[in-house]
Amino acid sequence: MLLFDLLAGTTFYDPVGGGDPVLYQHFFWFYSHPAVYVIILPVFGIFSELFPVYARKPLFGYVYVSLASFIIVGLGLIVWVHHFFTSGVPQWMRNLFMVNTMLISVPTGVKVFAWLGTLWRGKIRLTTPMLFCLGGLFNFVFAGITGVMLATVPVDIHVSNTYFVVGHFHYVIYGAAVMGIFAAIYHWFPKFIGRMPYEGLGKLHFLLTFVGANLNFLPMHPLGLMGMPRRVSSYDPEFAFWNVLASLGAFLLGVSIIPFLLNMISAWVRGPKATHNPWNAIGLEWLLPSPPAEDNFGEHVPVVISRPYGYGLGKPLVEHQAELEQALRAAELQEVSR
Amino acid sequence: MTTTYPSPSAPEEHGGEHEKNNLTGFIIFLCSESVIFLAFFSGYALLKTSALDWLPAGVEGLEWHMPLINSVVLVSSSGTIYLAERAKTRGSLWGFRGFWLLTMALGSYFLYGQAVEWSGLEFGFTSGTFGGTFYLLTGFHGLHVATGVGLMTLMLIKSFIPGNYNGGEQGVQATSLFWHFVDVIWIILFLLIYVWQRS
Repeated sequence: MLLFDLLAGTTFYDPVGGGDPVLYQHFFWFYSHPAVYVIILPVFGIFSELFPVYARKPLFGYVYVSLASFIIVGLGLIVWVHHFFTSGVPQWMRNLFMVNTMLISVPTGVKVFAWLGTLWRGKIRLTTPMLFCLGGLFNFVFAGITGVMLATVPVDIHVSNTYFVVGHFHYVIYGAAVMGIFAAIYHWFPKFIGRMPYEGLGKLHFLLTFVGANLNFLPMHPLGLMGMPRRVSSYDPEFAFWNVLASLGAFLLGVSIIPFLLNMISAWVRGPKATHNPWNAIGLEWLLPSPPAEDNFGEHVPVVISRPYGYGLGKPLVEHQAELEQALRAAELQEVSR
Repeated sequence: MTTTYPSPSAPEEHGGEHEKNNLTGFIIFLCSESVIFLAFFSGYALLKTSALDWLPAGVEGLEWHMPLINSVVLVSSSGTIYLAERAKTRGSLWGFRGFWLLTMALGSYFLYGQAVEWSGLEFGFTSGTFGGTFYLLTGFHGLHVATGVGLMTLMLIKSFIPGNYNGGEQGVQATSLFWHFVDVIWIILFLLIYVWQRS
């Protein structure tokens, strides 16, 4: 429709011809708000998958965690107006979308508390993937709090188009989503490549990322409250202090990629060989050699007999699991002795 | 690295499951299609209710008798495609082809009627938001009708390949679903554009 407006001479968004520019914002965010959920929902899945492995406990409230995903998807379709509360939107619409947006914090809160419940009294192993998960969860909770603030219409009108908004979504995207993806990379790297990433480099990477991200994005919140607008390349001297801090954080974040790349490349080339299940995790992929053969199980597809995330319950996941693992271990020993 | 696995207790056949999944994918596609149409419909309603002068100068309103006949044609084609599918499940391939061809004819008549209507209108695509939304909605829907007729042609040709419909019938099912979908969209469109004339 924008294309028609620009090329064919229609006036869908042109007020001169009876069109409505806000309609464009509606269309844009009606699509784009659910689209940002596409970024974060897989990371929720990563958290749900990894916390049980490194806390040695079943996922707390499995049914509610998965139900919450569906509720988030449903609610995510009816919150798009919160992106433009300040553009001539009728008051009833603002109220409706404020309430809808705040409702999202209920299913996400369910997830957060389920993850905390998984960690509660678990045997926590602070491996690199677990550190990234914990850091990501911390940042996500912070982003959730500023998210509820932004959903409130009066607050949003005050900080709209300032660095507060920038800080909020960077906490979600880098603080939570990217860190969750890093956790997943470290977790499944042995399975993909067949070699273990180095823990020392991984922890250094985590430290630099976590400190860097918080140093970079936290100052954006006071800046936004002070009124620094986004999408402007320069800033007034009064904003200098927080901006210098944020820049330092940005440099740290940039540097944090170096140990990551170093780790990935050197582990790929000459890292220690990974066993079929280096994290002692429960799941079908961990009943395959690392890296798995083409066509995974081939003719012998195992039959799953118990529920997922059965950590600490002592039940086998599939039929004949003991024989399967013994065969894998025997093959690994053979490999070592060769 | 080779590993010998103990044989599982019961080898299972997975073929049937995958076929169902293909149709699920098509249903998800239809869901996303309906979201696009929903956006168009709500945009139309918003522009119409907020407009000061909805109709362009010299236009009194839309003539609705011919479109009504068109609607009846399209709605009845949903019935004939159902009959075609039923004939196929009963094993009568010629019955299927007959009703299928009838559906195609009805669909083509609809497109013809749409073309006649368009050529007789005194406003164009650029005649304000009224003209813009009218041609956008009917045009986008017309494209779907044309796609449906194209898919049906493809399925008709496939029906002459010997043994083609022994089991794998998702193409026909998907086309029929698509056709019902296009039909329902038209009913909403007809109500919005032709019945709801006074703003």
